[in-house]
Amino acid sequence: MLDCGLDMTSTLNFLPLPLVQSPRLSNLPGWSLKDGNVFLDKELKECSGHVFVDSVPEFCLPETELIDLSTVDVILISNYHCMMALPYITEHTGFTGTVYATEPTVQIGRLLMEELVNFIERVPKAQSASLWKNKDIQRLLPSPLKDAVEVSTWRRCYTMQEVNSALSKIQLVGYSQKIELFGAVQVTPLSSGYALGSSNWIIQSHYEKVSYVSGSSLLTTHPQPMDQASLKNSDVLILTGLTQIPTANPDGMVGEFCSNLALTVRNGGNVLVPCYPSGVIYDLLECLYQYIDSAGLSSIPFYFISPVANSSLEFSQIFAEWLCHNKQTKVYLPEPPFPHAELIQTNKLKHYPSIHGDFSNDFRQPCVVFTGHPSLRFGDVVHFMELWGKSSLNTVIFTEPDFSYLEALAPYQPLAMKCIYCPIDTRLNFIQVSKLLKEVQPLHVVCPEQYTQPPPAQSHRVDLMVDCQPPAMSYRRAEVLALPFKRRYEKIEIMPELADSLVPMEIKPGISLATVSAVLHTKDNKHVLQPPPRPAQPTGGKKRKRASDDIPDCKVLKPLLSGSIPVDQFVQTLEKHGFSDIKVEDTAKGHIVLLQEAETLIQIEEDSTHIICDDDEVLRVRLRDLVLKFLQKF
Amino acid sequence: MDPECARLLPALCAVLADPRQPVADDTCLEKLLDWFKAVTEAGSSLLLLQENPCLVELLFHVLKPQDLSSRILSFALRLAGTFAAQENCFQYLQGELLPGLFGEHGPLGAAAWAAPTVRSGWIQGLRSLAQHPSALLFLADSGAVDTIFSLQGDPSLFVASAAGQLLVHVLDLAMRGPAKGHGRLQAQDWPACAQRIVCHLEDCLCSEAAPRVTQALHVLTTAFGHCHGLWTQGLWVQLSPLVARLLEKDPMPAPHALVELLLSVARSSVPSSNPGLWETAAQTLSRLSPMQAGPLAAGILKLQDCPQALRTQAFGVLLRPLACVLEATAQAPGTPGLLEGAAGDPMAVDMLPPSKSACVGLLCSTLAHLELLQPLPQRPSPWPQAPLLAAAVTILRFCNGSAAPSSEVGGRLCAMLVGCVRVQRAALDFLGVLSQGLGPRELVTQVFAVLLEYLMSPDSSPTVLKKAFQATLRWLLSSAVPPGCCDLEPRAQLVLRELLAVLQKRLCSPCWEVRDSGLEFLTQMTRRWGGQAGFRQTLLASEVPKLASQLLQDPESYVRASAVAAAGQLSSQGLLAAPSSPEHPAGPQKTPLEELLLVLTTDSEGFPRRAAMRVFTEWLRDGHMAVAEDRERFMARVLQAASGDLDWEVRVQGLELALIFLQQLLGARSPGAAPPGALAQALRALCRVQLFEFAFRSLFDCDRPVAQKSCDLLLFLRAKAAPSSSPQEAGDSPDVAPVEAALQRWRAGEQGQPLGELAPEAVLAVLRSMDLEALRDTLAESSDHVERSPQSLLQDVLAAVGVLGDNEADCY
Repeated sequence: MLDCGLDMTSTLNFLPLPLVQSPRLSNLPGWSLKDGNVFLDKELKECSGHVFVDSVPEFCLPETELIDLSTVDVILISNYHCMMALPYITEHTGFTGTVYATEPTVQIGRLLMEELVNFIERVPKAQSASLWKNKDIQRLLPSPLKDAVEVSTWRRCYTMQEVNSALSKIQLVGYSQKIELFGAVQVTPLSSGYALGSSNWIIQSHYEKVSYVSGSSLLTTHPQPMDQASLKNSDVLILTGLTQIPTANPDGMVGEFCSNLALTVRNGGNVLVPCYPSGVIYDLLECLYQYIDSAGLSSIPFYFISPVANSSLEFSQIFAEWLCHNKQTKVYLPEPPFPHAELIQTNKLKHYPSIHGDFSNDFRQPCVVFTGHPSLRFGDVVHFMELWGKSSLNTVIFTEPDFSYLEALAPYQPLAMKCIYCPIDTRLNFIQVSKLLKEVQPLHVVCPEQYTQPPPAQSHRVDLMVDCQPPAMSYRRAEVLALPFKRRYEKIEIMPELADSLVPMEIKPGISLATVSAVLHTKDNKHVLQPPPRPAQPTGGKKRKRASDDIPDCKVLKPLLSGSIPVDQFVQTLEKHGFSDIKVEDTAKGHIVLLQEAETLIQIEEDSTHIICDDDEVLRVRLRDLVLKFLQKF
Repeated sequence: MDPECARLLPALCAVLADPRQPVADDTCLEKLLDWFKAVTEAGSSLLLLQENPCLVELLFHVLKPQDLSSRILSFALRLAGTFAAQENCFQYLQGELLPGLFGEHGPLGAAAWAAPTVRSGWIQGLRSLAQHPSALLFLADSGAVDTIFSLQGDPSLFVASAAGQLLVHVLDLAMRGPAKGHGRLQAQDWPACAQRIVCHLEDCLCSEAAPRVTQALHVLTTAFGHCHGLWTQGLWVQLSPLVARLLEKDPMPAPHALVELLLSVARSSVPSSNPGLWETAAQTLSRLSPMQAGPLAAGILKLQDCPQALRTQAFGVLLRPLACVLEATAQAPGTPGLLEGAAGDPMAVDMLPPSKSACVGLLCSTLAHLELLQPLPQRPSPWPQAPLLAAAVTILRFCNGSAAPSSEVGGRLCAMLVGCVRVQRAALDFLGVLSQGLGPRELVTQVFAVLLEYLMSPDSSPTVLKKAFQATLRWLLSSAVPPGCCDLEPRAQLVLRELLAVLQKRLCSPCWEVRDSGLEFLTQMTRRWGGQAGFRQTLLASEVPKLASQLLQDPESYVRASAVAAAGQLSSQGLLAAPSSPEHPAGPQKTPLEELLLVLTTDSEGFPRRAAMRVFTEWLRDGHMAVAEDRERFMARVLQAASGDLDWEVRVQGLELALIFLQQLLGARSPGAAPPGALAQALRALCRVQLFEFAFRSLFDCDRPVAQKSCDLLLFLRAKAAPSSSPQEAGDSPDVAPVEAALQRWRAGEQGQPLGELAPEAVLAVLRSMDLEALRDTLAESSDHVERSPQSLLQDVLAAVGVLGDNEADCY
């Protein structure tokens, strides 16, 4: 199984979970059907024309109908964003396999899960809504609830216990490490340049190679650069995880982010940045480190609020080997690889586990707050949206591309604060993909259907699709696809003593042949040729067959023949040996030599020779020996 | 030649002839040649050689087989050519020397010929020498012409190009003599030498080898470009059939060179007598690819006289790529476009090259050609302003991905142009130029819309943004109603509001180039519309003035300089908000004057300080309120800061400011002396602001422009203070000794010495006693005028050789 991401967009259908009592949210009117029926008004609330489920947010799990997940042997994880569904799979499906991921992926993935669990568990909600999920009822609901898919499979968030149990099933791997899977294939993670420890995977046998390219980046950000060279010579390249906003250039967006941040703060407003506790935030902090002095914002406090803020900032500094070259060299100076260490030292950046406690004492405005969750449905961000939403001086800047910012903002309407959408997605765009594919030249590309056509809203943008030759094979949800290659060969090892005994004979320059008699031993998908056991020595003149001697008979084999018979010379030889009245006929496959007098026919073809004579065994043997003279034996 | 140089010459020749003493510096040899050229142009070369036999000896010495450096050999060839340019001197050298240098037995046959510099010297020597009929004979007899032919294909591009030019020169020389008397000659009457060259060119034009064709075309291009004799008309008659034949070949050989030739002929006197040229040009236009035809079409359209039909054809060729762009987004086929004829022609529409780089190149060159053509009086009329505007807007929309293509070509264009910075820049430049003309209302609305899109887009690169700002400004300027009036029309007023919102954001950009362009744009807008109520209102309602003054503290010096200019302009118009930043929200607020004085006195970089001085100069000139309040105090503070500045440009600007102050006190316009009363008053004011100390000190400034400016200032003052208007009483002579003593010390370089209190009388007396005119003349000479004398040059060459050993010893 390649990755197991969690679709969190389902949470957008739920009301936010406020950290402190929000009169606005708790007083929202219940939703009633057109006919005035109010049986759903406890479950559904209406806010500025949108309807939300008033319950603990639920998540959409990976597809479970198509395949029995207990039969999955291995899960390969590409990056920490692509493992958020792991506890659902390892804990509830009978999964008994192994999960492979790099160390930063596991550590930061744990932080993301821990944050998620914390966000949801610290605001317990007694109410659980399930009535609306009834198919007959769902049909009556307004969009987008009406159109939500597989609502019956939506699940509440996992617990920390489940997280720990899931993570314990992960086997840590390093870049370029080769991992044998049951002897059948070898898998290798490669740096993908997208996030700390993010990987692409090579899955290869001796004769086939499949590359799985997930979230990758060619931009110079904090992680180790993408390893492109190792993707060459792939039979199939599975391409996923491209940028979600192909028209937004990350550099331009960072500029936009900084400008809007400065404008707001200069006017005395506060800036709220809903974000994940790891990833782009490191780069944003680095940009701000360079920018705040030039923009005259040195005295503006930056707050990073997350239950895992401290761990995230510290973890980033210790994964030196997973960082880009520039940051790695800093470690040897020794300096912290990320400048946010200096921001913390100089008190420009302060981090807190939540808005409660120290934060409320230190809080000073105007300020910039980085906090989660980007969906605006849970986490400390909910509090700041409620707090700052009423003033047009404040700005919320969306940098994470995973959620539609308009949908995220829906339960906060009407909203006076400014909203800026600066999605920073450093993953590959289509131009980079084209270059990458030209560089690594896979025989076939397999990718989601969405990548093979321009975005529906911009159908003229043919530059916004994967362009490769031969055209990419596309797949859609729940489609079963046969990868376009066949396993035709297996590698077989020969034991040294057996190899020693071979006597190769050169039949063409550079090509030698030898006959092998051996035992083929197959175990764990490995094939080995072993020397055949010696035939039992006759002991004491008595032939006794023992049970243990139940081995293949090693008969003395007839020699194998090779070569071709030159017809003219063969005819001359026949004449020399007294045959006369010889006629040669050409056939489609070779020749027929007719010995009319002897009433014999010799049929010479590319791969066979037949001597047809009437019961004259002596003649046949004579002719056979003449034929054999022209052939090599070994 | 002056005697001192003549004295040094033998030693110089000995050094040059000595292979053991290499002249290290190539530029010395070039300077020597320049000098010899000047000497021979001023007098007789023959006399020069006779008076300085060492020169001929040097040339003879070169002839001897020896290990002479190729540079000296090349030098000697060029020197001999310079001398032999005069016919009598040519005769003098002809016997052995010239054949030895330029003939087959000279360097031509020696190993030294392998050095490109020797071959180049050989060509340049002949080029100098070929000035008279004797030289022509020499060239013919020595076989040099054949060598020149072969050098046209020299691996060194410089040599090959010089060989082509020499051929043209020889051809011109050969044709000049006979043509003088007879007007246009028939080919058979041409001199033998000319016939040979023309014959060679004919051979080349008929050759199958493309390089040979190119060489011939280059020679002919130079000939028609540089030679203005009537014979060129005959030459075209002779060669045009061969050129026409080239056009018929497929593929056409050397299309670029062919275009150059046709344009060169078209610009010469040939067309007046040979209208067939226009047919050839028309044929070429139709045969060339769009990329190749562009330069020819643009060249034809720039010609003053040319048949209208050809102009129409050329304009059509030039417009075709833009017509394709328009067609690619046209909703209905056959929409009135740039080319009425071509719109329905699928061949014409699908002419855009398939590769991205070719397509981008074609569009950029087309836009550049049209941009150059637009302001010319001979530009095509009627000028299709509206379709061109539409095309420029469409290209920009393709580049930012917002165009909706209506055909397959459009889809391809979209994929090729999206995000292409080169095309964006070219299209924005072109759009800016188009602001000179009017356009339909809805198109102008689209222009502003697309410009705003570019200004708002986070993906616009800094250079694209700068161009977008420039184009926007031009369009805003052209939107004034009525033209020339300073009011913005209502639509522009609406744009302005959005523009200021964008500007606000751009001034906060992390990219300093963007902040800089934004400030420049703000300065220009304020200068133009600062007095207009609508603009003032919109600007003051925005954060822009506040941001601009905050940028006075920007870490990038260029941005600070632009912020100074912007703050100056805003303050002039009374639009500058009191600067405050989140850093110092409650700090004491400074006036703009204080802010800029702070920049002048404390900024570590020169650009912001220079900008501050320019603002002060403008303020003084325009009577800015902050200056007018207490002009003397303002002058004293600024001059004090400027006089101590390390940047000479700031000091020059300080003197400019002082000059304006003087002019305001004494009257710039009224000629002659100022009235005594006014002068006395002015002098006292000048003393109070310590202008004299600054001006006198600047007279001895180590930077010449400062001293020059100061000299001009003092001369102006002296002219205003005529002797009769002296404020002093007769017989009451002022004490000038301390001033003169101070001046002496400054002249000696002791600039730290203060001048102390000055009395106006003493200043005037010192001023009159100084020979300012002489000082001005000295300063007018370039600083290296002493070092540039030929004598100094000769000494340098000799000294360099003489001290070579010492230099080596220094390098331990």
